[in-house]
Amino acid sequence: MRPLTEAETRTVFEKLGRYIGENIQLLVDRPDGTYCFRLHRDRVYYLSEKLLKVAASVPRESLTALGTCFGKFTKTQKFRLSVTALDFLAPYAKFKVWVKPGSEQSFLYGNHVLKSGLGRITENTAQYQGVVVYSMADIPLGFGVAAKSTQECRKVDPMAIVVFHQADVGEYVRNEDTLM
Amino acid sequence: MVAVRVEEVLAAAEEQEAEKRRSVVVEKELELEFDLGNLLALDRNPPPAAQLRGVGPQREAQLLALARDNTQLLVAQLWELPAERAGGAGGPLVARLPEPTFRLPREKPPPRPKPPTRWEQFARLKGIRRRKRTSLVWDEQAKEWRRRWGYRRAGGDPARAWLAEVPAGADPEEDQFARLRREKRERVARNELNRLRNLARAHRAGAAVPAVPLHPTGHQSKEELSHVARVARVSTASLGRFQPRLPKEPAEPPSRSGGRKRRFEPLLGNLAAERSRQLELLKDMGSKKPVLDITRAVNKQLRQEEAEAAAAKGKKQSQRGKRGRRQ
Repeated sequence: MRPLTEAETRTVFEKLGRYIGENIQLLVDRPDGTYCFRLHRDRVYYLSEKLLKVAASVPRESLTALGTCFGKFTKTQKFRLSVTALDFLAPYAKFKVWVKPGSEQSFLYGNHVLKSGLGRITENTAQYQGVVVYSMADIPLGFGVAAKSTQECRKVDPMAIVVFHQADVGEYVRNEDTLM
Repeated sequence: MVAVRVEEVLAAAEEQEAEKRRSVVVEKELELEFDLGNLLALDRNPPPAAQLRGVGPQREAQLLALARDNTQLLVAQLWELPAERAGGAGGPLVARLPEPTFRLPREKPPPRPKPPTRWEQFARLKGIRRRKRTSLVWDEQAKEWRRRWGYRRAGGDPARAWLAEVPAGADPEEDQFARLRREKRERVARNELNRLRNLARAHRAGAAVPAVPLHPTGHQSKEELSHVARVARVSTASLGRFQPRLPKEPAEPPSRSGGRKRRFEPLLGNLAAERSRQLELLKDMGSKKPVLDITRAVNKQLRQEEAEAAAAKGKKQSQRGKRGRRQ
């Protein structure tokens, strides 16, 4: 377990910034305590200082996970955000997509969101912008990347993909073994 | 009994005091030679004959007295040097030593010379001497002076070697260009092998052969030169600790592992400092975003056009409706 280096921090912040923009500083600088990022076995964890002090006394081989896992670094040092970060992305998301009740299940199974399943989308969403996907009842379901900008979403045919799937809460059941 | 003891004690104390005050002044026949830069005092006075014979406590005492006298003279010389207080008014008095003049002998034996290579032996046998080559060669085709090797060398343009003749006794099916490339590769490999063999031979013979040559060869890369500069800086008596930096040399913190191991921040280090560093990083990343976002501008334009089109359509429909009603 170690703190992130400068380059790694930059990679992680860039990835997070695609979804929550400048609200990252609300994650870094919190009024209710000191929270930090730590790297353990290529996974990035977000945890409070109190928890960090306790976790520091666990031997490295026995430590499985600590705090919230935000994602992991792949072999070529690219950062992949995982669904376990959703709790921290959802409240600070800048661009949101609401999915109709009919195609919620399709998204939760890992499919992309089609135009026919699109309920609402934030105005001014650019193409390939990171978005957080909600159900119509404002429950965060996961996150993805907007395949079309808001303007284009209005014009495309119903079978076109509007949001590429990246992570959804169904992964807790589907990828139970590999999530942590 | 007690009185005798007391007398003895007093006498001893008196003698000690007298000895202390005895020789700040030392008498010598010949003056000593001093090299204060090395804290050296050379005594050329011939020792008394009694000292040269045998070992024993007497001799020890005489040698001790001699050493004490000479040290007294050296210290007296040191006190005459220009001195200053180091570190302000209350600091210790520090003397400024002059440059050392006495040449100290070698610590280690001098390096053995390298054994001659096979070519050097042959050249010595045949009497072949090294001819200095010019750096520029006349290129007939380009009609100008070009380098012998390197960028834009004479005859090195690959577009010029478009033809490779099949030599008299060779296989007509063979690819001549491939053969030329292969032969060049083999020559380079043989050259490298011989160079390494020479190095190994020199090493085995006990010559001081550094892995990277420390003298300028003219073929050194930037990394090799910086390595050599680093070695030169560390090759002083205090291992480079008091060596001033060259004008453009960057200040290097000494890495204990010699540049091999990655070092990370401590796990529970200063969390407030870490947080401020991350906020700085965020500010830095945020400032780099372009002010004009092209896609946003394009979308805005599209929306404007759509709104205008919708407004025009609405006007036309209302106009048509009015006309219809009139008819």
